[in-house]
Amino acid sequence: VSVPAGEARRPRKSWTIAVRERALASWPPETLLADRQPSYVSSWIYVFGVLSIASLVVVIASGTVLSLKGPGWWHFTGIGHFFNSIHLWSVELFFFFMVIHLWGKYWMAAWRGRRSKVWITGAITFLVAIPCALTGYVSQQNFDAQWISTQAKDAMNSAGIGAFFNLTNFGQMYSYHVLLLPVAVVALVIAHVLLVRKHGVVPPFPLAGTTSKPGTAASQGGAGQGPTASPDRPGDGGGASAESSPPEPSREGSP
Amino acid sequence: VTRSERRRLEDEAARKWTGAYRSYDLVKEFCIAVGVALALAVVLTILFSSPDEKPSTIQQWSRSDPVDFVTTAVSELDSSSGTAGYGPPYNHNSDGQHMAFIHLQKWLGVSHPIDTAKDFVIAPLQAIPGQPALQGAISTYQSAPSKQQMAWTDAYTKALGNAKAGPGGAIIVTPGGSGPVPTMMSSLLSFAQGGGLDGALLTSKQFYQTDYTKPLLFMADGGLLSSRAQADHLLGNQWGMMNETGSFPGQTWLWLYTFWYQIKPFSTSANADILVMTVMGALSLALVLVPFIPGVRDIPRWIPLYKLIWRDYYRSAG
Repeated sequence: VSVPAGEARRPRKSWTIAVRERALASWPPETLLADRQPSYVSSWIYVFGVLSIASLVVVIASGTVLSLKGPGWWHFTGIGHFFNSIHLWSVELFFFFMVIHLWGKYWMAAWRGRRSKVWITGAITFLVAIPCALTGYVSQQNFDAQWISTQAKDAMNSAGIGAFFNLTNFGQMYSYHVLLLPVAVVALVIAHVLLVRKHGVVPPFPLAGTTSKPGTAASQGGAGQGPTASPDRPGDGGGASAESSPPEPSREGSP
Repeated sequence: VTRSERRRLEDEAARKWTGAYRSYDLVKEFCIAVGVALALAVVLTILFSSPDEKPSTIQQWSRSDPVDFVTTAVSELDSSSGTAGYGPPYNHNSDGQHMAFIHLQKWLGVSHPIDTAKDFVIAPLQAIPGQPALQGAISTYQSAPSKQQMAWTDAYTKALGNAKAGPGGAIIVTPGGSGPVPTMMSSLLSFAQGGGLDGALLTSKQFYQTDYTKPLLFMADGGLLSSRAQADHLLGNQWGMMNETGSFPGQTWLWLYTFWYQIKPFSTSANADILVMTVMGALSLALVLVPFIPGVRDIPRWIPLYKLIWRDYYRSAG
């Protein structure tokens, strides 16, 4: 069958087209890179999610510098020690922000509205980040690494994990730390963020004694306007003012 | 909340938001957040730096505490050390830890075989050239019945109880009835003090080596690492799992993990590690499954901290 010049015939069962259409349906550009948020996204607690990811960026960047020079570099150069310190403190910040983010989401019950996958990917990210950090501690090649590896091996061995995950094997732990586990953490974070973009930020609980729905006029005092949000708060998009509901709300605010 | 009520609330929370929107610059917020995280990390680095205590070596250990080194070496020779009796994944000398009928440590088998007498003592000594008296002592020891070997090592271990460090790194001991063991231990001590044992325990079939299991386990059987750890509040009963050398924050996210080791029955159990791993595994699974656990998923509704988070929204909604 001939097709017009410049147009290729679209196969009926193209995997590529199926993936593209599925991806665009779940994450249209205005959802993936949203330029607006529901007006209830107005609290400092929202900032800890992006701070967790920002800390992870610093962790990976400083770890990359350390990797470029090799595992022994930071022990005998001032600049190496500086980057090791950046790596350490960004890891501490990453866990600090992540734990606050996690608690914040717990008290919002952020799994509501069929967002359980968002919670699950976040929780698994936290759990995978723990061995990612542990393998870093035992890759330090100092007394800390000696002590932690000889102590932590007992827990691993008792559960049979030590048979294939040997904390006293520097080469194996270094591989886990600079490649395998970071890839897992980053993949989980990407999945988590994509799910957040797809489902939107969880809406507030309905007020007690009401059956009003979030985002309806009744739930907002019948005015049809969003609540007055503080324009200087993070998560508010840099201080822009609230706008009224559009006729066809885009998906970034849709649960 | 009834099932139908829960379903209704789920539907409401999943519904498209039809209220007001605020403009929002995702990319700008992310860039600012990266800048803030980087600035915080740099400030903390400038203020506090990071710890880096030099590692211990067998050479350093044998020089600073030769009696402890030789005592440990004898325990490796007669298989009474912690590593010798550890079980899987190092040897079959015990079943390791278990919980009820679940013996994961035993079931996963010996993946890193270690014969402490051969690997930590005999083989390194056999590699020392030009010492016929030493090689004769090794032959005598190896050809003796195990009962005789045990009598020699017991006698020497008893003598080491009264031993002192002598000049030049040697030890002063009166080894009555110890057979060839004093000759072997004297050579092993000299070998270690010269740095030879550090290398010998790393040697494998290939030139390149990254597996420090043998030297680390040998050192961990002695007192050097634990005495340094105690000074740095890193022992298990000091909540050491979440501590760091010096005054630096360590893996503070392991606080719950190390907490269990402080209380009974974990603190007194021979199977503490597998018990704590099981508890933490269950709690980790519970964390992942919070949205599906009745009660746990309802606490945020019962204790309305959400009113603080969304106070602007509720104030506006009246």
